[in-house]
Amino acid sequence: MTSIINRRCRGLIVSILLAFSNTAFAAVMDLRPGVTDISRRILELHHLSLAICVAMGILVFGTMFYSMYAHRRSKHPKPADFHESLLVEIIWTAVPILILIGLAIPATSALREIEDNSNPDLSILITGSQWKWHYQYLEADFGYYSNMSTPAEQINNLETKGRNYILEVDNALVLPTNKKVRFLTTSDDVIHAWWVPDFAVKQDAIPGYINEAWARIEVPGLFRGQCAELCGKDHAYMPIEVEVLPEEEFDQWILDQLLAIELASGQAVADRAKTWTMAELMDIGQTVFIDNCATCHEADGSGQGSTYPALAGGEIPTGPMPTHIERVMSGAVDTEMQAWAPQLSDLELASVITYERNAFGNDLGDIVQPLTIFESR
Amino acid sequence: MAVTADHAIPNRSPLIAFLSRWLLTTNHKEIGTLYLCLSFTLFFIAGAMAMVIRLELFQPGIQFAEPLFYNQMVTMHGLLMVFGVVMPGFVGLANWLIPMMIGAPDMALPRLNNFSFWILPFAFTLLISSLFMEGGAPNFGWTFYAPLSTTYGPPSTDFFIIGVHLMGISSVLGAINIIVTIFNLRVEGMTLMKMPLFVWTWLITAFLLVMVMPVLAGAVTMMLTDRHFDTSFFSAVGGGDPVLFQHVFWFFGHPEVYILILPGFGIASQIIPTFARKRLFGYHSMVYATISIAVLSFVVWGHHMFTTGMPLAAELFVMYATMMIAVPTGVKVFNWVATMWRGSMTFETPMLFAIGFVILFTIGGFSGLMLALVPVDFQYHDTFFVVAHFHYVLYPGAIFGIMSAVYYWLPKWTGNMYDERLGKLHFWTAIIAVNMTFFPMHFLGLAGMPRRIVDYSLQFADFNMVTSIGAGMLGLTQLLFLYIVVKCIRGGEKATSRVWDSAEGLEWTIPSPAPLHTFSTPPQFPIPEKVYQHD
Repeated sequence: MTSIINRRCRGLIVSILLAFSNTAFAAVMDLRPGVTDISRRILELHHLSLAICVAMGILVFGTMFYSMYAHRRSKHPKPADFHESLLVEIIWTAVPILILIGLAIPATSALREIEDNSNPDLSILITGSQWKWHYQYLEADFGYYSNMSTPAEQINNLETKGRNYILEVDNALVLPTNKKVRFLTTSDDVIHAWWVPDFAVKQDAIPGYINEAWARIEVPGLFRGQCAELCGKDHAYMPIEVEVLPEEEFDQWILDQLLAIELASGQAVADRAKTWTMAELMDIGQTVFIDNCATCHEADGSGQGSTYPALAGGEIPTGPMPTHIERVMSGAVDTEMQAWAPQLSDLELASVITYERNAFGNDLGDIVQPLTIFESR
Repeated sequence: MAVTADHAIPNRSPLIAFLSRWLLTTNHKEIGTLYLCLSFTLFFIAGAMAMVIRLELFQPGIQFAEPLFYNQMVTMHGLLMVFGVVMPGFVGLANWLIPMMIGAPDMALPRLNNFSFWILPFAFTLLISSLFMEGGAPNFGWTFYAPLSTTYGPPSTDFFIIGVHLMGISSVLGAINIIVTIFNLRVEGMTLMKMPLFVWTWLITAFLLVMVMPVLAGAVTMMLTDRHFDTSFFSAVGGGDPVLFQHVFWFFGHPEVYILILPGFGIASQIIPTFARKRLFGYHSMVYATISIAVLSFVVWGHHMFTTGMPLAAELFVMYATMMIAVPTGVKVFNWVATMWRGSMTFETPMLFAIGFVILFTIGGFSGLMLALVPVDFQYHDTFFVVAHFHYVLYPGAIFGIMSAVYYWLPKWTGNMYDERLGKLHFWTAIIAVNMTFFPMHFLGLAGMPRRIVDYSLQFADFNMVTSIGAGMLGLTQLLFLYIVVKCIRGGEKATSRVWDSAEGLEWTIPSPAPLHTFSTPPQFPIPEKVYQHD
């Protein structure tokens, strides 16, 4: 027994020591250098200001600690009686001003460059909504949603957490290297903030506004970030993943996407032509429900209080079908129930509505076909 | 039984007597005590919420608090600590001390004083009761950004709005009372530039309160009409502007930050000279520095909003203005160090807390300076680096300030000395725990952990665990503080009227405990040295 504890303790101590001696440790306690010119300038500015603060701290606290040691009553029983000096007051007002000017100059020049959003090579419209991102490639004119792909089982500690726990998505944003990429941010509901530390880009996504930021990424790779502005319940679960490709690969990727969109629209026509069975729709519907609806309405349809109503025996899912379709497709105004028509395909909508009307003991026996959804659009 | 007990029935039952004493009191000392008790109670309630937050963040994944409940805890913890703990704590100290320090018999407007206190229990009852309502308590953070708080706010948001209105009324009335008292009731001979620094800092704080609390009232009123009367102040769909909310809120919010710290500056400026046995260095520059901080606080609100898409010119202006605040703040810190220099120091508990205040507040000031630099703020903004920054200025800043004041004046209030050994134990455990809790947050923020998240990715796990353990210790040390205060109220070594051998000021010329009514006839000022020799 004791040997097990000992081994565990030793393991813990070793891992702590490793953590502190490891050079990778800098990565978990300091800003990242990142992969753009700007991100490195920001890191330098951060180190400069940190160094100035540490130097000032050593000076001020050093004087203070020396005084506490040397001028304590047992050593220095008779206090001096000076209590003002115009000269030192002027000195310790003027010197900090000079230091601040020294700090303001590099900050100003970096900021001027950051705020120069002119002449982009590529523009991405980033739209935040609870709790996902939508990326629109303005030049190539297509876009898609990006949802967190970490399963609920990991969040609820039922499965081991993966390496990229809550930082992974289904469809990453794909960008080219060495191009000036302009990020235009906006929102469909509340304020979000799109942040990728390696690009040193953090820009609020505000409903009614389109904000600008840019990055010129130097190396290909996978870069991760998170929503940085409290945006409601699942604020923690709104990651950003960016895959940066060399230029030629990126161009090919764009062509592949356009082709895939064409194929998908052909598939959608085929889906509409087919009459689906209950079993098929329930099967697809369950997946769509878990991926999109369960975070609020819960996997068993029990909901969360009045904010996220229960679907089991709920008013809408057991009420008239047209109302149900309308609610799922258009959402409910001024609530977190969003419009799903732009986000899901006809088949996905048909199957999730069918699922909601027949799962959780609702058992209405209704079937919604993709054609019905197509006609309601 | 009934027959024998007859003679024991008093005219009024003790309960009624007790209630009417505390409900109807217009005495500044009793009202000060009420404020401090309220502040202390809410300190433990809001602290318990912090414990829930840290418990959830102990490990990645969801363990104790569902995301929606976690957001409610984050919101209520912030609101209660700011409006329920630090502000009433400082007002309680002002009530107790300002009349005694300026030789006045009471506050200028005693009935108003009673009213401004008794609004507060109702305000906080409204706010806390929202936790038990359908849909839960407000869950949008203490900054309640629209449209998360307007269009998407839970039904209880209306209770929050009315609660904030009530607190605002209380603060404005309290501030007016303090201004009127300071301007009219000073003892003859005490010119403005002879006032104790605690009185000075509170005078400036009171002006800040009168100027910005109505702005906060405006913000919540606009929220209320947006929610219920179809206006669109903050809704882009109706032609309004969500960013307008942030401008209005931070126009209140930034001066509010100084409301939460300036009285702490005053406290340090009272305590350090006493235990250094040397006059405060640079009294005049202290006053001017405080005034400049207060004036600058009105033009820097934009530094909370650098990522909202501000134009370059505005970013530059706000950055320079914010950096300027470091200058008067630096002057204050240098003056405290110069006061200690070549003094004859002893380190009783109030002095320890005051020194802890100066050092750790300065660390919070340093990170504040770093945050002022716009380019780097793009990386720091809304991360745990910011959480570390404002907890350094608020916990070892404002809260340590209040604690050092409590230790310093408690013998005057109760007539008993507190237990010095336990006081020191409280300080050392608190200072270790406070750094263990908040220092690793700097690293978390720099490494990229956003604030206000219920769950985090795995590379943040180690520091979060350290922080949570520190927070648990910090919570426990405050139970020790409660014990020390209760023990001191119940008894202990009798305090002299001066309490500390070189304390200066009118409050040390009256007996300990301070009688209910003091200075019915004005004292002599400047204070003749022999007055201190009474006992």
